[in-house]
Amino acid sequence: MSVAIRIRHAFAGFALDADFDVGPGVTALFGPSGAGKTTIANAVAGLFKPDEGRIAVNGRTVFDTRAGVFVPARARRTGYVFQDARLFPHMSVETNLRFGWRRHDPRASEAEIAHIVDLLGLGALMTRKPAKLSGGEKSRVALARALLSSPEILILDEPLAALDAARKREILPYLERLRDEARIPMLYVSHAAEEVARLADRLIVLKNGRVAAQGSVFDLMSAPEFSEITGAAPYGSVIGTIVAAHNDADGLTMLGFAGGALAVTRLPQAIGTNLRVRIHAEDVMLAREEPRAISANNVLPARIAAIRTDLESHADIQLDCGGARILARITQASLKRLAFAPGDGVFAIVKSVTVDSPGASKD
Amino acid sequence: MALLEPAETEALLLSLRVSSVAVGCALPVAVATAVAMSRRKFPGRSLLDGLIHLPLVLPPVVMGYLLLVVLGTREPVGGWLLHHLGIRFAFSWTGAALAAGIITFPFQVRAIRLALDSVDAGLSQAAETLGAGPLDRFFNLTLPLALPGVVAGAITAFAASLGEFGAIITFVSNIPGETRTLPLAIYSALQAPGGEAAAARLCTIAIVLALAGVMLAEQADKRLRAALGR
Repeated sequence: MSVAIRIRHAFAGFALDADFDVGPGVTALFGPSGAGKTTIANAVAGLFKPDEGRIAVNGRTVFDTRAGVFVPARARRTGYVFQDARLFPHMSVETNLRFGWRRHDPRASEAEIAHIVDLLGLGALMTRKPAKLSGGEKSRVALARALLSSPEILILDEPLAALDAARKREILPYLERLRDEARIPMLYVSHAAEEVARLADRLIVLKNGRVAAQGSVFDLMSAPEFSEITGAAPYGSVIGTIVAAHNDADGLTMLGFAGGALAVTRLPQAIGTNLRVRIHAEDVMLAREEPRAISANNVLPARIAAIRTDLESHADIQLDCGGARILARITQASLKRLAFAPGDGVFAIVKSVTVDSPGASKD
Repeated sequence: MALLEPAETEALLLSLRVSSVAVGCALPVAVATAVAMSRRKFPGRSLLDGLIHLPLVLPPVVMGYLLLVVLGTREPVGGWLLHHLGIRFAFSWTGAALAAGIITFPFQVRAIRLALDSVDAGLSQAAETLGAGPLDRFFNLTLPLALPGVVAGAITAFAASLGEFGAIITFVSNIPGETRTLPLAIYSALQAPGGEAAAARLCTIAIVLALAGVMLAEQADKRLRAALGR
């Protein structure tokens, strides 16, 4: 299950030149607006014809300028979730859901339909018209409609961008569940670092129409260059963990990961559950020596992997913590005082850990 | 219909028949023309646009005269139609319908084209990714969503057809029971001595019909929009 994308297109004052693969799981196409993200998504779906290149879905060439192949959008089997949902206003939710389903062979069975309706919590909405749905409900219907067309790849173009913060919180768990259940590659277009940190397995960072960086979300988001490439504020680190133990006496849950264990407030998940956690760069302090008598629960031995110093008053330091990557942001003054250098052994004091949901981290 | 003289009833029913046939026959052509004009670029597009709108700006009498010149039974086209297909437009109610259909064609095309243009092209893209081909998208998406405009265009054209005078009297004359529609009957009543009462009755009918048409259009629009989830 993979999609190979290699396209070039010359716009007025802007050249798109992208070359990357989309594998199983969620691949985020990340970058500022105007970087060419939606154009690439449209090229994959067949809604846009680039000047030259080749796109293959599961080995089937759907676009190849040299061979003169252009499979029209209706035959590409792309499940496309648009930013503005694009539900058909004259049809009920159920008719919308079955629009793509009716036009594809082999179709999903009634049991599979029921499963997706259930997964996205649409049971009570089936007879409604789109005008009677909230923004979040529209997104969920659009998602289900795309899934029911038996796609070979699912494209989500900023599906949360039009929603307010509360609606985003409502949809994200559905997307996480989908990521963990769907077996098809998902291309997730976004300019929001938090969404990408929560959902993506792999990251394609796009800048001015070109792939500026690509890699696993765990490695790439914590790379000091990440904020340099994206121009966004540094995000922090994403770490795949597993629930190791519950300590009810202290009200804590221990999460095991490559670099040891993280203590977080007691979670409801069973032992053995995969959890993805996020650590903001500002929430990590560094010490030369192991601190004693400190209120923080999480002090992790680590090694400095890379330092980015070209910031005004801060320095971003990427730590290697038993293979896991953690990003710390300290002041230039501290950097000078403590004279950190790549390779140094340090202790990372983690003040705060964000736990998202029972999403299986496919690391 | 006791309020009306038989000849007046005849004029009313003839008007309704002429307008129904005019709008009904022109509608599919108007939809096709509007689709071509709204979606495609082709050579001669602006010429076609001009031709479609010609009846709006041309005096109806000129339109009627042109029809007579082309479709008169002694003219090549009209003669051919009569001898080979047995179709006669000149001095027949079908000719009145043809004239009314052509005169009101721009109303239909304009309304339908506006409605088609207002349908979000993004919806069509979404349907495409869900496996729908061009005809499928047109009949299941674009046309239903443009339906309020199509209906509004048809009702406007119907109302305008009821009032067509110049083109009809020029092309098919003023034959009682055949081509004497409501406006022609009013005109004839006013020409005859003592015809004022008949003219007044016919004018009242024309006003009622026009009003009913406008209200019907409003209602249809409201209901269709509700059905379309707007």
